[in-house]
Amino acid sequence: MKRFTWFNAVSLTLGFAFLYIPMLILIIFSFNSSKLVTVWAGFSTKWYVSLFSNDAFIDAAWVTLKVGFISSCAATVLGTMIAYIMVRGGRFFGRSLFSSMIYAPLVMPEVITGLSLLLLFISIGLDRGVFTIILAHTTFSMCYVSVVVSSRLASFDVSIEEAALDLGCTPFDAFKSVTLPIIAPAVISGWLLAFTLSLDDLVIASFASGPSSTTLPIKIYSSVRLGVSPEINALSTIMIAIVTFGVLTTSIISKRAIKRQRLEEEQAFKNG
Amino acid sequence: MNFRKYLLILIPYTWLLLLFLVPFIIVVKMSLSDTEMAIPPYYPYFTLSEGWQGIVNFFSELDFENYVFLAEDNLYWKAYLSSLKIALISTAFTLLIGYPIAYGMANAPPEWRPTLMMIIILPFWTSFLIRIYAWMGILSQEGFLNQFLLWTGIIDQPLTILNTNIAVYIGIVYTYLPFMILPIYASLEKLDISLLEAAKDLGCNRSQSFWLVTMPLSKAGVIAGCFLVFIPVLGEFVIPDLLGGADTLMIGTILWQEFFANRDWPVASAVAVVLLLLLMIPIILFQRSEQKQREAEQ
Repeated sequence: MKRFTWFNAVSLTLGFAFLYIPMLILIIFSFNSSKLVTVWAGFSTKWYVSLFSNDAFIDAAWVTLKVGFISSCAATVLGTMIAYIMVRGGRFFGRSLFSSMIYAPLVMPEVITGLSLLLLFISIGLDRGVFTIILAHTTFSMCYVSVVVSSRLASFDVSIEEAALDLGCTPFDAFKSVTLPIIAPAVISGWLLAFTLSLDDLVIASFASGPSSTTLPIKIYSSVRLGVSPEINALSTIMIAIVTFGVLTTSIISKRAIKRQRLEEEQAFKNG
Repeated sequence: MNFRKYLLILIPYTWLLLLFLVPFIIVVKMSLSDTEMAIPPYYPYFTLSEGWQGIVNFFSELDFENYVFLAEDNLYWKAYLSSLKIALISTAFTLLIGYPIAYGMANAPPEWRPTLMMIIILPFWTSFLIRIYAWMGILSQEGFLNQFLLWTGIIDQPLTILNTNIAVYIGIVYTYLPFMILPIYASLEKLDISLLEAAKDLGCNRSQSFWLVTMPLSKAGVIAGCFLVFIPVLGEFVIPDLLGGADTLMIGTILWQEFFANRDWPVASAVAVVLLLLLMIPIILFQRSEQKQREAEQ
């Protein structure tokens, strides 16, 4: 029975066109030599040049990368701890409060998370800046990391861990040499998710940042509010290129890893 | 061993208590305070210097005035209702557009599917702000859509789309489409082809077997997709702010304005608490339907 119909082909084509045409237009017009974003006047890379000589953007990009890197590392450690507790921890006092505190940030509107963190920082007298943005980003992305890691933890065989403990490993050794290698792909994708969430966040960062710490999304937002500008097109193109490259590379690497694992398993099977 | 386990629990637990629960309690407390033209712009604030009497005074000064204000002012009612309306309509459009795409993916040859998945997920990794920004250039008066429509001769006057609710709907559908497609695709992919063959053998044509077999069996994915779009859209800020106009009322933008423009922290906090109460309904419904789904699968 043939399943893929003309209707399917048309809806996929239209759907993908809807998803990608806006971004293609954005990329094409970043090479436009006219200041008017919507009128084509010839090929030029001058907006990239002016972008890289704009210190405000470069500074904001550094702040964003710094915040993204530190917060995603912290979120990965804390999120993996949470996942381990939730999947292997058994019963403990306050477990249901703990699990609702993990899931709540996933559905909480960003404006509320941002507002509540800002009020906290003000009431304990913490000056807002890079540090407070890192705290805020770590808090919401650790919940996403824990969801990604716990699904992987739940799906693998506990008896391997138990065997390691029986063979004399300390719990920490067993985690390091048995559990961690198995959940590593999930930990890595959790880190990537936390990193992109942090790079992408505007609302929470706007609440948590001070005057001296502008992240790239805050900078983009304030210039976009004034209208479309070719420099922002150039910046967007760079960001889209980096993300596309990153996603494609990780997917190719993970596909290869799966293939290699399958080959090794087959080899092991043949060898008896 | 036990000591280590509790240490392991204690670190993330304390983190979440301090940076999630405590801030939220502060919001609730703030929503019961009064607005002051001072720094900080609210009253009363909590000090331990006045001892027990100070604490008693602190609690006796709290009241529901801000909530009364919200209930009496038409603006807030309209904003909550209009957020609900925008969220409902855009969820419906996302479903209408997302379902055929998910259906097409599920019907595609198995060797295409990972690539198709990648095509759907890739935009999700690119910046949200950039995806909204891309539409600003398309929908404006002299934007690409108007240029295209004028060129084809469908219209002879440029349409005003940017800064209207239509632009907001387009923006929401565009950014939340992957959230609708993925759960529907997941439920369609699991569908047993032999059921469709059975329907065909029993005399169903293509559209009958779609409505009688495929559609009911993908219900779980449709419900999950709708909630995954509806819940975040209700509190959306960036899309209505950049694509919407003066007549676009959404509660996320109201909260932002109360806080940053009016500097009325107590009212902003009350708006946040009401929004959260409003969100509890779809969230609880969603959890129930997920639980039912899990029980049905077992």
